[in-house]
Amino acid sequence: MMTQPDALIARFLQKDAMSFEKIYELYSESLFGVINSILHDKELSEEVLQDTFVKIWNNSDRYNPKKGRFFTWMLNIARNSAIDKTRSKAFKNQRKNHTAEYFVDILEARGSFNTSVDAIGIQKFVDVLEPLCKKIIHFLFFKGYTQKETAEELEIPLGTVKTRNRICIKKLRDIVGVE
Amino acid sequence: MKDPQTYIDSGVLELFVYGTLPEEEMVEVAHIVAQNPVLLQEVVSIENSLLKLASAAAPAQVADFSNLRKYIDVDGKVIPLSRKRTPIPTIILWAAAILLLAGVGYLYTENSKLENQLVDTERELLLQESKTQVAESDLQQTKDILNVIRQQDLIAVPLGAQAVAPEAYASVYWDQENGKAYIDVKGLPEPPEGKVYQVWSLTLEPLTPTSLGILDQYDVTGNQIFELDNPNQSEAFGITLEPAGGSESPTLEQLYTLGVVTS
Repeated sequence: MMTQPDALIARFLQKDAMSFEKIYELYSESLFGVINSILHDKELSEEVLQDTFVKIWNNSDRYNPKKGRFFTWMLNIARNSAIDKTRSKAFKNQRKNHTAEYFVDILEARGSFNTSVDAIGIQKFVDVLEPLCKKIIHFLFFKGYTQKETAEELEIPLGTVKTRNRICIKKLRDIVGVE
Repeated sequence: MKDPQTYIDSGVLELFVYGTLPEEEMVEVAHIVAQNPVLLQEVVSIENSLLKLASAAAPAQVADFSNLRKYIDVDGKVIPLSRKRTPIPTIILWAAAILLLAGVGYLYTENSKLENQLVDTERELLLQESKTQVAESDLQQTKDILNVIRQQDLIAVPLGAQAVAPEAYASVYWDQENGKAYIDVKGLPEPPEGKVYQVWSLTLEPLTPTSLGILDQYDVTGNQIFELDNPNQSEAFGITLEPAGGSESPTLEQLYTLGVVTS
């Protein structure tokens, strides 16, 4: 089972370029997916992914393990960069002709191409997941909404957001086979 | 701390991995997780499942790391991002190229127009120059005529029309002293092809014509005055139309004008 590569992260924080490359290999595809679920545009997402990793390298001294996971820190940078991009003219131009709203729409629209992910598993997840789960994960994880914002967006009680999300993620873990 | 399972079931660890908890809560959860291997294990599992889920939403293979290497260097400095994304600059470049071409085309057309105008202007100038020459020579002739007419002791003899050409007239200015006759033929029709006007000095009793000469040096203006020698004791002048080269004696049927010297 994959655990957070603490030694690798430690070397990266010392500005070791080799470990940065390794981190890129481990996390870039996931962050690419997060960015794309916000932008729904391959080229813009590639651009933002590059920005994100430059920021990750540039701001590595700002990562504080006492405030959260290394992945979470990178995730925040990726989401914020993508959200910044949604204010750009380029994004507003392409925005007019896309239909995918949720990350699952992306999965359904194109099928899975990649080899590193259990594509069939994810597809199964998309198929069986109830619509509310898709929406909760979309807002909380992909878009980084707070519980309150998510509750308001989906018009569900604030108290159920956290536990409902827990159930949804459990289902995901069952399907993709993560212990 | 609560029982780990209760803590897990609360769903706070998922939000911790999402990074969507308030900051103080993030710090608190991080602290708790760091001290409890069971919770840490749970966090790792959540994180790994999310990594897989997010990967599936990637629209394509990620770019190779070497693309990124251009923007960082191993000393830890960041090289400023230069966008390789090109659509807008490309459009601008194309637009500039098209504008440039259009500009060149426009200038070429303008240049051709100007060249044509220059040729036209030069032609116009030549035309005006030749007109000026004509006007100058006209003026000179007119001056000559005036000079003749203004001479003192000049006998002016108007020649009146005869039956053959009722509209015709002419004038003879006779400088008796110098034996010159100046013939103004402005009032005569242009002679037909193969014919010339011939000027005659006449004595009346008996009627004796003496040829003064033929007027065969007509120029286009018709303004000129012919200068002929006239040493005769003329009593009248006449102009007849004769075959080219002139005649020995006047053809009276073709007498165009006739005038008698009165003084």
